[in-house]
Amino acid sequence: MRLVLPNPGLDLRIPNYEDLEKMEKEDGDRPKWDNKVQYILTCVGFCVGIGNVWRFPYLCQTHGGGAFLIPYIILLVLEGMPLLLLEFGIGQRLRKGSVGVWRAINPYLTGVGIASMLVSLLIGLYYNTLIAWIMWYLFNSFQGPLPWTQCPLNDNRTGFISECQQSSTVDYYFYRVTLNASASITDSGGLQWPIVICLLAAWTVICICYIRGISTSGKAVYVTALLPYVVLAIFLIRGLTLKGAMNGVKYLFTPDVDELMNPTTWLDAGAQVFYAFSLAWGGLISFSSYNPVHNNCMQDAVMLTITTGLTSIYAATVTYTVIGFRATDKYDTCISENIRMLLNGFELPEDSITASNYNAALHHLNSSNPDTVFGLDIKTCDMQKLLSEGVEGTGLAFIVFTEAITKMPGSPAWSVLFFIMLLCLGLSTLFGNIEGVVVPLKDLNLFPKKWPQEALTGVTCLVSFIICLLFAQQSGLYWVTLFDNFAGSIPLLTIGLTEMIAVVYIYGIDRFNEDIKFMIGKKPCIFWQISLRFTSPLILLVILVFYLVTQTQQELTYLVWDPDYDEFPTLASVPYPSWINVVIFVLAGIPSLVVPVYALCRLFFVRCKKKMKPEKDINQI
Amino acid sequence: MLEKILLLLSLSFSVAEELCKPGVGEAYKVRFSIKTALGDQAYPWNKNEMFLFRAALAFAMRDYTNGEEFGVSDVHPCNETPRVSFWFVVTRPNNTELVDKGTVEMAIKKSRNRINGAFLLTDQTLEFDGIYPTLAAPVSPDTPPWLIVFGVVMGAVSVGIIALLVYPLVQRKLKKNMDADDEDSDEETGVKTAENGANDGIYNSTFSDDERFTQM
Repeated sequence: MRLVLPNPGLDLRIPNYEDLEKMEKEDGDRPKWDNKVQYILTCVGFCVGIGNVWRFPYLCQTHGGGAFLIPYIILLVLEGMPLLLLEFGIGQRLRKGSVGVWRAINPYLTGVGIASMLVSLLIGLYYNTLIAWIMWYLFNSFQGPLPWTQCPLNDNRTGFISECQQSSTVDYYFYRVTLNASASITDSGGLQWPIVICLLAAWTVICICYIRGISTSGKAVYVTALLPYVVLAIFLIRGLTLKGAMNGVKYLFTPDVDELMNPTTWLDAGAQVFYAFSLAWGGLISFSSYNPVHNNCMQDAVMLTITTGLTSIYAATVTYTVIGFRATDKYDTCISENIRMLLNGFELPEDSITASNYNAALHHLNSSNPDTVFGLDIKTCDMQKLLSEGVEGTGLAFIVFTEAITKMPGSPAWSVLFFIMLLCLGLSTLFGNIEGVVVPLKDLNLFPKKWPQEALTGVTCLVSFIICLLFAQQSGLYWVTLFDNFAGSIPLLTIGLTEMIAVVYIYGIDRFNEDIKFMIGKKPCIFWQISLRFTSPLILLVILVFYLVTQTQQELTYLVWDPDYDEFPTLASVPYPSWINVVIFVLAGIPSLVVPVYALCRLFFVRCKKKMKPEKDINQI
Repeated sequence: MLEKILLLLSLSFSVAEELCKPGVGEAYKVRFSIKTALGDQAYPWNKNEMFLFRAALAFAMRDYTNGEEFGVSDVHPCNETPRVSFWFVVTRPNNTELVDKGTVEMAIKKSRNRINGAFLLTDQTLEFDGIYPTLAAPVSPDTPPWLIVFGVVMGAVSVGIIALLVYPLVQRKLKKNMDADDEDSDEETGVKTAENGANDGIYNSTFSDDERFTQM
């Protein structure tokens, strides 16, 4: 296909092959990876994040269990892998961060790089708040019994505080003790000092890990990328020996082939693949630009795809062993409680009703004395309902998992391990994130050239910490959810789509093929050609359109923790206030619109310059 | 004479039985969950255990009222069920006046642990309907442990940052001193050898084409 848009001056802007060979031999001042392992671990750490633990298992289970793996793997290969090759290849070839790369391809496309930077910044802000919460739980895990096992007593010491009594100890600890959540996003309350301190710790840790760029983060990544795998293995062994673990795993992987007919399944799979690979953040392009020129980026793309896919399945299995354990435990408690009520209500001897004959006994008693049974208020114990409870996002980590851990023997140790694992997963993703913010800022010359890398990192972390104080308020949880929904969805899809179109049709797919041939020795095969030109952009376009359509149709509501709500402890669904539309525009609209707006501004600027130039010449004459 | 004695006895019996009416007046309900608490080691409930209960309650009343001589006969149980639950009332020693609920409650609360201990049970397995156990306050240490961990982490990180920032400065200073020494020794020998970088060129980016990338 010869369809390439005219792009004059491209050869002047990018280094040619001789320059690349020269740069390879000489010791430039551009940072380099110490070895290939560092690069691979950094990319794996970047791609494997907290989402693999708390988003993928939920999607898997709600969209037909084992059957979800089919769309997931198909889209992983058709959508994720080509985009990976694209980002790796272009970064390695043009040897610049995200802004530099797009500026080199065409100065009008610099907006893509700026958009990547803005998105990385917004995502980094709320992501580090999650890290701060994880750190809070980690710090509090060094005591036995764990603080979320007990409710505080009320004033006259006859019972527990009603908020804790009605919900549960873990809910109370998360929403009240940790976050002190207000009842709506408008009610910002004051700063929660424990969270401020944890935010400080989180940003300081990131600062020190990235203080010299990849020379420090490359060393930190040995721990942050490998430790989660070790901890997952430990949890797998522990999980499989718990009672009821297999219930959870069976629930996760039971395939429901009908779900494949549902378009939302494919949509969610596509979106998950896209976010899982941290594409369009700009970090991957930066990391690849530090590679030697002849690094085999095609092999890296395939390897990373396989690793991410397998890690998702691995983490999902571990997660569901623990969820199965918790659900079984709750089910057993529910049944015991019902048996106790029946024995007390009917004054029967203790051994007459056990778990095995519970159903028969209940049926018998209900048919003989229905009024008494009704008066006892027996709850139905539903295993399926317990298995499907609150298993996504913060709810999974801070409520379901913490509750399950309290029931394991030696809970402080398990709690420490679990939160260290989440911490490492989050930190390794944040390295890529902060790379995607600091390097473009440097390329855009927003920092004075004389400043060393340490100063750049320090200033970025300080400014981000101050902005993050927004999330340390009492309404912080709702802001985090808002950012999660809007900053990380539409803009990323837009940027990803623009990237593909830019490389394939503006840079030129033929030129890209030649580059790959120069770098690794062979041209990409027919699979890559078709997917880069047609399949991947098409899939991205479909997902983007569907997302826009569904988002604009939905009424904007969010869930709040409101003790005064009728159905407390269920979260209340409340509509957003009207000024939230401005915020959503800032989060989702501005990064997406930067791309065309920058191009237009540059067009005007160039035209104005051209008009002024002839006038100058005339004046000189 | 005999009839009078018989009449008195039956009267006292019926009075006792009338005193203990489930759910009415000063009666309390108590529930034992022996099998739940002790599993295999559970003892069977029989008249002897009932006697022990009456004795324990009499002890509690004595202990609370500071010496009033309550006896086993002052505790009257009734309505025993296979669940092992029954109602009881307490009468004053030497007459049939009922002790009010409040006093009984205070007495039980005071000696709860002793009564539990007599039966190898706990507050949850030996329940008095309407008397709630005072809950133990959650353990809270003086310095919150999280502050200690936070201090350790922040300390380590701060030391790390300072070390990373100061180390290159120190190195540079040492190198300058070494270079100054070298220069002195060179001047002494009087030979200047141009060795550094004569063979391999170092890519000096200052002279690279910055203008390659067009400005906005």
